[in-house]
Parts: sequence; structure tokens; C-alpha cells
Amino acid sequence: MQLNVNGTSHDVDVDDEMPLLWVLRDELNITGPKFGCGIAMCGACTVHINGQPARSCSIPVGQVSGLVTTIEGLGTPDAMHVVQAAWVEHQVAQCGYCQPGQIMSAAALLQMNPNPDDEAIDRAMSANLCRCGTYPRIRAAVKTAAQNIREKNA
Amino acid sequence: MSTLGKITRRAFVIGSAAIAGGVLFGVYKYKQPYPNPLEKGLAQGDTALTPYVLINATGVTIIVPRAEMGQGVKTTLAALVAEELDIDVQNVKVEHGVPSNAYFNAAVLEEGVPFPPQDDSAMANMARNFMHVPAKFFGVQVTGGSSSTVDAFEKMRMAGATAREALLLAASAKLNLPKNTLRTDNGEVITKDGQRISYTELASLAASIELPDDVKLKPRSQWKQIGRPVPRVDMVEKCTGTATFGIDVLQNEMLYATVKVNPNLGAKCNSYKANNAVNMKGVKAILPLGDIGVAVVATNTWYAFKASEKIEFDWAKTDYAQTTDALFASAIAAFTDEHQDSQMRSDGDVEAILGQAGDATIHREYRAPLLAHATMEPMNATALMKNGELDVWVGTQMATYALSEASRVSGIAKENIRIHTTYLGGGFGRRLEMDFIIYAVMVAKQLEGTPVKVTWTREEDMTHDSYRPFAVARFEGVTDGDSVSALDVKISSPSVMESQMSRLGVSIPGPDSTIVQALWDQAYIIENYRVTGYRVPMGIPVSSWRSVGASQNGFFNESMIDELAIKANADPIEMRLGLVTHQPTRNVLQTAAKMANWGREIPPKHGLGVALVTSFGVPVAEIIEVVNTPRGIKILNVYVVADVGIAIDPLNIEAQLISAVNFGLAAAMMGEITLLNGKVQQTNFHSYDAIRMHQSPVIHTKILENGERIRGIGEPGTPPAAPALANAIFAATGMRIREMPFNKHIQFV
Repeated sequence: MQLNVNGTSHDVDVDDEMPLLWVLRDELNITGPKFGCGIAMCGACTVHINGQPARSCSIPVGQVSGLVTTIEGLGTPDAMHVVQAAWVEHQVAQCGYCQPGQIMSAAALLQMNPNPDDEAIDRAMSANLCRCGTYPRIRAAVKTAAQNIREKNA
Repeated sequence: MSTLGKITRRAFVIGSAAIAGGVLFGVYKYKQPYPNPLEKGLAQGDTALTPYVLINATGVTIIVPRAEMGQGVKTTLAALVAEELDIDVQNVKVEHGVPSNAYFNAAVLEEGVPFPPQDDSAMANMARNFMHVPAKFFGVQVTGGSSSTVDAFEKMRMAGATAREALLLAASAKLNLPKNTLRTDNGEVITKDGQRISYTELASLAASIELPDDVKLKPRSQWKQIGRPVPRVDMVEKCTGTATFGIDVLQNEMLYATVKVNPNLGAKCNSYKANNAVNMKGVKAILPLGDIGVAVVATNTWYAFKASEKIEFDWAKTDYAQTTDALFASAIAAFTDEHQDSQMRSDGDVEAILGQAGDATIHREYRAPLLAHATMEPMNATALMKNGELDVWVGTQMATYALSEASRVSGIAKENIRIHTTYLGGGFGRRLEMDFIIYAVMVAKQLEGTPVKVTWTREEDMTHDSYRPFAVARFEGVTDGDSVSALDVKISSPSVMESQMSRLGVSIPGPDSTIVQALWDQAYIIENYRVTGYRVPMGIPVSSWRSVGASQNGFFNESMIDELAIKANADPIEMRLGLVTHQPTRNVLQTAAKMANWGREIPPKHGLGVALVTSFGVPVAEIIEVVNTPRGIKILNVYVVADVGIAIDPLNIEAQLISAVNFGLAAAMMGEITLLNGKVQQTNFHSYDAIRMHQSPVIHTKILENGERIRGIGEPGTPPAAPALANAIFAATGMRIREMPFNKHIQFV
């Protein structure tokens, strides 16, 4: 089957039932999305499918239609996405394992709502677990990114 | 006073790390340095100026031989070297390096001395220094015990200063100018007339330089990088998905595997029926894993997961407690003289005061359950055995042990093994264990020539942990006026050290101070005060879990102190201050009180709770504000104050305090591992969750530097979180919760 990831089309020959996460990680060597739980409870595997946040560990690749974006496709070290830049500015990451998922959830939130209040941030981000407990800096970084997006659009 | 004055330059150049106290003890072997691991495998033109500084034509590399598991050590320790080397840490490469005894951690055993951390007497410090001797003999390269900065603070600055001195002398020789006319700035030596020579140009000459013995460290007033926020060197990688964790390691022609091991921990696999799993799509092999389970090898981790579910096992049972009730019964049963492990405090005459008080004595019992580490990155390792050599890629907190275990399991000599330490997706003590490394090597041994990545399912990870021990605490206390006249503390728990060391094939004689950690060694001065530890016989594997014994004992002790204050009709902060003379400890409590505006009028249904716990030498005060809503308890604010002696990077310390508070709150609110039929019942985050964004409070931090010496901060913020929360809930609701997790008794929103 064909799978478009970060603007590149890939031919993959796997079981239809294989979760998107394992196609990305073990077939395409795209390791930014992380394996955390396998049951959509921790959010470490979050990617975008057609711009919507999705838990790639629980979506069979056979059901994926559209463009997949991973953390690698959002921005790169030399050209970071506004959300990634805010994460660096606030020095959010500790162990860093959950952060690709956190950033993808935040980027999807801000795409739909460039001015989220605390409740909106809670709703969008509570599916993403962080055992280092970086939540206060995540919240601050989401707000900074939101402000930068609004200023850019103004 | 610097103990490093005793280091000879030669020891340093050859590659000894700190040998503090070596002369004092006069042990020749102890003084003998370990070889510099960088000297093996130096490329043409590379210069290893100490075990921590490598310079070649492409630039300067600083070796930080501690596991980066989120605590920021890669940046913090590199900054220590960079400060003295006079180069911006952002302009160097930072690597973990190879496992080596030269990178032993001298500070990790300091906590084990029979002197409380408030004791700064010569005797206490001599005992702490003495612990450096076994640490060096064992050559244990460990990341844990909040000890990395303590261990590194002098020796890594000294490594930078020594390298800088060598470079200055090299420049002096090369230019034929007196050394005192030269200075350094950001990676270059500069002459009086402005000529600049980069360190990379000078490195090979510096390697042959004879150094003077009197390398001096910069005074604090000249620090440019220490003492201020330094952007983490791993931050951009971690925000762009380009950081490599163990689970991200890629090798050519790699296969993917998972393991299924007996959930009766430590017992054998009697037999298994493969049920055609080997014929499933993508599956390459089903391999025995010693006698405890199997590994399924496939072309994709998910194929291995799917096939592993098809296999039926006949698991042997264990002979230890099979249920949660039986665990706690074993803790109760251990409150006997026969099981007494230690009595590290016995002041005054507790028996007499308790006898006099009679019915006025307050008896309380508290409990804490088993806890899983639940790192975000499940256990994994990648290994390749080929042509008599072995490569292992893994995130480990114990690099030298990883090397030993890899050698033991593979039968390959250590010098033919390379351990590549990656980032750790969380440690919290879990990655002090060797199981995930051993399994990967077992698989690689059966697949010679093929690299294989072994990834555990979350279910395997959660049910095959070595857990934070369960514990029961019994207190008897007597109040006198608005203070405490007697406190008798009894704590019963399995021994972390006994369990952990037995898995490494080591047995440690004597009591385990972690059983009574944060009980016997607190700053409280109570006239009649006794702390007795009881050891529950070994059963389910237990292990270090962020803050170790303090994680449960802080909750017990600070809840009891709160109960005594309420009984005495005393203000909980005033009463504590009345029991503490150690000034830095008083300061953290008073500062927290000020930040929280303690004593203000509290809105209806709100409650403030306080806790004060010293662990790993760091006094930490936390005040928590909750509100009792119709849907449950909401945690609003946490005020946390810690005294670290010297703050290397305040922004990173703030991050560690926030992290430690949330880690402690998660355990207090909802953390519980239970046993049924000998097996752990929680299998994934649906049944073992942690604090999430909507529950995370606003955390206000303040760092103080009044303590006697530098301390580590990865753990000390955790212990006060649970008791401060319990005390706040009592203040808001009148409900006293004496067991963790609290959600057995009250809802949280």
C-alpha cells in the first residue's frame, strides 16, 4: 500500500492491521513518534493525519487515508515549527520521550484554536502523559506559541 | 575546603578522577588511578587531556559519564568542565563515553553513613569521605541517589582546569611567551597583543606537557556558566524527534523482538506451547530466554508482539506473598526483635515518657503500597554479537555493571564489548536494573551476526518491574504543651538494597539505611526520640524508586507530625520550627511559609498543608493548597523551597523540583501496584495512571543556598509532596488519610 509521510510517498508491504506507529518506526525508520502503551492511553505516538491529532499506536495502517505528519515533518533542528521553538524557549523537555507527542498535540490544538485558555489546553493535552511532570512548562510553551502564531497572523 | 588539593597532577593527567581523601587513608591501591578510557582508541591527532576532555581537529568533546534521564546532567556536568576550560558549553560536543571504572561515582554511598545530613562535624565528614574508598574500589559508574553533581562538582571542574592549564603551557612553549602573559577565552588562548590560537591547534602539544601541581579552580565570582541558566544541550534534539533513545537505535539488517517472562517474578517457565506462532507473518524465531520465558523475533516489533500473545505458558509459582493482603501481613509480622534491622536513633527515654503518658499517647499506623517506575520509554535494548565481539545499545543508569553482565551472559571478554549509552526515556531507578540488558544479550547470542532490538510491551514492563517496596509505619507520640515530648517510630519494609544487590550477585552485610531513610535522619530534635527499622524477608523484587525510602517515609513522618500538631493545638509550621535548630532547614520552612502567605485567612473549602523532609541532604519544604469541590479535591498551588548548598543551574533545578513534586503527587493520588495469585494486576496506564495536565497544579519554586555543601536535586522534591497533600486535604475536609494512594478514600478532579 501507499503511505504519504511528511510529504514523501512510501510503498509499504505489511499486514493491514499493523498500527501506523509500527509502520513508521520499524518499516520506515521514522522514530520520532514513540511507543509508550499501545492502547492510546499515553499519547507518546501522536502524529497528524490530515492535520488532525491521532494516536498512531492504535490506528491500523489499512485505515489511514491521507497525509501523515510526524514530529520530523513538523519542523527540523534548523527550521523549527513555532511550537517546537516555544518548547525550546521554555526548556520544556526533561527525559524528552513524551515530547514529540506533546508537541504534535499542541500543534494540532493551535491549528484549530490559536487562543486557547487553560481549560482548552487541559482538554487538548490531557491525553498526553509525561512522567517527568513537565506540565507547567508545557502550558507556558503552548501560550507562547499561541501568541507568536497570533502575532504572525495579525 | 577543597579535598582536591591532594590530587597530584600526574594522577589527573593519567586519568584518575577525584581521589579525595586518598592520602588521608593511606591506601596505596586506592590512590592508584584507573586508566584513562579515552586513551584506548584515540584516533591520529586526538588528545585526551583527562578522562573528561577530548580535543581533536574538529573541536572539543566533553565526556559526561552519567545517564541523561531527564535530570539535565548532560548539560550541568558539561558546564562544570566548560567553565574551567573556558569555553562555552554550547560550542562543545558532549558525549556519554564508554563504561569505565575511572568514572566511578564517589558520592553515591555517602548517604549510607550513620550521621544525619545536618551533622557537619569533622567525624561525620570523615565518614562521608571514607565512603569514597569502597565507591572507588568497586568502580561503580552509577547514576542515581541524587549524587551526580555532588560527585562531579570538584572533579569535573578540576578536569577542565587541568586541561586549560595544559593548553596554556602548550601555547607558552609554542609562542615562546611567558604563561602569565597569556589568557583564555571561549576555546582560544590569547596573547597580550591579541594573537589567538584555538585549543584544537594546541591539543597535541598539550598532551606532552609536564604540568605544575598547583592547578587552581576559579573563584565563584568569576563563574560565567555555573550559577546561571544554561540552555540544555539536548533540548533541540528532544523537541524535534531527533534525539536517540535506546528504543530508536537503528542498525542495518536489524530484527525486532519482544520477550515474555514469567509474571511470577523470579520463577521459571515450566513449558510453553508455541501454537503456530512461529508461522505468523513476519515471525523469524521463538527462542528460549534462559529458563524464565521466551523471546519472539520478527521483522517488525508489532509482529513480535502479536505472535507473543499466541504462545501458551505453564509458569512456575513463587513461594512469596501471593496477594496484596499477604504483603501487608508480612510487613506487620516483621515488627519483631528477630526482624529488627536498625535502630539508628535512640534519644532520651522513649519508653518512660510513653509509659507516663498512658492513654494520652497517640498511636497511628500508616501504609504505602508497591509502586511501578513506569518510565515513558518501555524497557528495551539492542545487541549485536559478531566475530567474538558484542555491541549493546541501551539506556542504563549503571554502565559498568551493564558491561559486566553483558560479558557474563555472552561469554565475551569485556574488552571485546562496546556499551553504547543512549538517552533514557525516564529512569527513576528502573534503569539501575539489568534484566532488559541481559535479555537482549541472550537473544543476540542466539542470532549471531544479526543485530536485534528487544522491546518490551507496556504490559511486560509494568508487570515485570522491581517495585518501590510496600511499607507499614507505626508511631507512638506524646505532646507536651504545644510541642512533642516523645516520638517512637517503627517502620517495616523489605530491603531495597538486599533485593537490588542480590540481582547483581552482591550481598551487603549490616542494616539497610534506606528502610529508615527520612525517618532517623530528619532535622527534628525531640527529647525522647527513637527510630527502629524492621526488615521484611525478601519476596517480590523491590528496587530504588525516585527518592527510595524517603518516598514512603516522608509521607508517614510528616503526616504524623501534622497529627501531633493538631493534637497539641499548635500551628504545624510553628511546632516544626520549635523542633528544628538547623538553620538552613528552618530557612526553607520559613521561606515556604512566606511564599504561601501561611496564616492568611483561608477561603471556605480550601486547605493548606505543609511538609518538611530532608533527603539526600537537601531540606525541602512544601506547602500545598487544595480546594474541596463538589466533584472532589483540586490541587491549586504547590510552594516548594529547597536548599541545595550551591545551585549550578537554577532553571534546571526548578525543572527538577516541578518534576519531583508531580512525581510525588501522582503516587500520592493514584499510584498502586497490587498482587493477585502472585502476579501484578496493573498492566498499562489505564490501571496505573499518573498525574496529567488537567490535574497538574501551579508550582512555585524557590532555591536557597545556605547548606553546608553542594547537593543533588533529582529526588529530594518528591518526598514532601504526599504528606503536604494529605495535610492539606485534612485542613480542607477534616479527613485524615493514612494510606497511599489517597484516591481509595477521596476523589480528585
